Amino acid sequence: MDLIGFIIICIKVVVVFAATMLAVMGMIYAERRISAFIQHRLGPNRVGPKGLFQPLADGLKFLMKEDIIPAAVNKPLYLLAPAMLLIPALMTFAVIPFGSSLTLFGRQISLQVADINIGVLYILALTSVGVYGIVLAGWSSNSKYPLLGGLRSSAQLISYELAMGLAIVAIVLMTGSLRLNDIVTSQQGHLFSWYVFKQPVAFLIFLIAVYAETNRLPFDLAEAEQELVGGYHTEYSSMKFAMFFMAEYANMITAAALTVTLFFGGWDIPFVDEAAMGNWGALLSGIAFILKTAFFLFLYIWVRWTFPRFRYDQLMNLGWKVMLPLALLNIFITGGILTIIS
Amino acid sequence: MATVVKSYEPTFRDKLYIPALFQGLMLTFKHMFKKKVTIQYPDEKHVPPEGYRGLHRLNKYPDGRIRCVACEMCAAACPAHCIHIVPEPSPWEEGKERYPVRFDIDLLRCIFCGFCEMACPEKAIELTEIYDFADYSREGLWIDKAGLLEIYELTKTQNYYTVPNDE
Ligand code: SF4
Ligand code: SF4
Repeated sequence: MDLIGFIIICIKVVVVFAATMLAVMGMIYAERRISAFIQHRLGPNRVGPKGLFQPLADGLKFLMKEDIIPAAVNKPLYLLAPAMLLIPALMTFAVIPFGSSLTLFGRQISLQVADINIGVLYILALTSVGVYGIVLAGWSSNSKYPLLGGLRSSAQLISYELAMGLAIVAIVLMTGSLRLNDIVTSQQGHLFSWYVFKQPVAFLIFLIAVYAETNRLPFDLAEAEQELVGGYHTEYSSMKFAMFFMAEYANMITAAALTVTLFFGGWDIPFVDEAAMGNWGALLSGIAFILKTAFFLFLYIWVRWTFPRFRYDQLMNLGWKVMLPLALLNIFITGGILTIIS
Repeated sequence: MATVVKSYEPTFRDKLYIPALFQGLMLTFKHMFKKKVTIQYPDEKHVPPEGYRGLHRLNKYPDGRIRCVACEMCAAACPAHCIHIVPEPSPWEEGKERYPVRFDIDLLRCIFCGFCEMACPEKAIELTEIYDFADYSREGLWIDKAGLLEIYELTKTQNYYTVPNDE
């Protein structure tokens, strides 16, 4: 790789990182406002215009808080856990293509940090690493509620990662590639080439599993406030607690982006040929990607304030007895149809 | 006689879950655009309804004389023992023979039950609609006779919170 290529990658990393952090802040604001609207309240509207600077105020508050490390914790792991959760959450975004390619000074720049050919596997691997952060936080806190939260989250992960992986397998079968860019390009053309229409069952399974993966309601058993005080982050305070929160939101953003990439054509705008429009096409495709992702982020919040939490046994039942067989059946049918067609 | 309550049998539509999930989502979506009930407190203030039991006041006669005769009925009725009265013979010639030289209420102990109001034979003590009288010190939440009479001036003609610029 030449120097310019390296610099371009560095710029892309910084841009994607900054955009994700900005999106995290936007999500914190949106979460608070939308939840308020659903409950007929106004939500934070004092800091800045329409309360838009509220996340900054929140962040400042976290910085000023005393950082307490309880005496009985396992210190190295206790300190490591928030980073273990946040770093994979931010890393996952690296392989997601957020637009077609720009051409600047005769150089093609694909709007994606790393175009690796096992993108799907990379994401599955990293999201599983992220859960170590939760389990370690629960275990190293040396306190029963965090431990329960951590255990729940690992059990949840095992049961839902499977269904999620199998749902993606159906997509991979149809595309014939694990590269996310290939998955996007295979959905180009008209609206019904999006995989959500070709693979509705896989989409539903994936969507549900992703909610469980990101520990969001209705599957937020790892941090069920009413049962577990605060769940895995009960013993954390100040910026470490904020890191858990940032990780949760970063995970949501990645998950929403992944949903869009896999099932809603990624950056593709239906009926439009982005490549023929040059740089404008790249820009438009980026905007399309952001809008689609924003919708799924909204859905996260919307669902959170609509549905009650699942009971633990219900969660396991749904994962093992409904979603897993359904995902397997879906692969079977997809494979069968593909064989017949070819 | 015992009645047998049949448990609800889920229909096929219930078992699918998806339609019900959509129904739920639509409901919360609709509520997102309903009128907000928030009162933005320091800017707009909630106007309590008639009969609200807030801060006390000591009433006066139209000629400005205090109605209270320092009979200490209110202090006796008070379940929180937070009314402290020092009675004296009244300085004026005709009319009531006693009046309070001191009349202190410890608002931190008061539970705003309104018993003092009901016990008073002279309709001298009354609870008003004022609710935002927080303070930074305990001493600041002792209200004395002068304070109670001032509250009367503030609330005698109209609701405290409907007066414009009540600073
Ligand atoms: S409202 Fe009740 S507690 Fe308060 S001063 Fe009157 S009688 Fe006592
Ligand atoms: S306020 Fe009423 S009850 Fe209390 S001492 Fe005065 S007259 Fe008696």
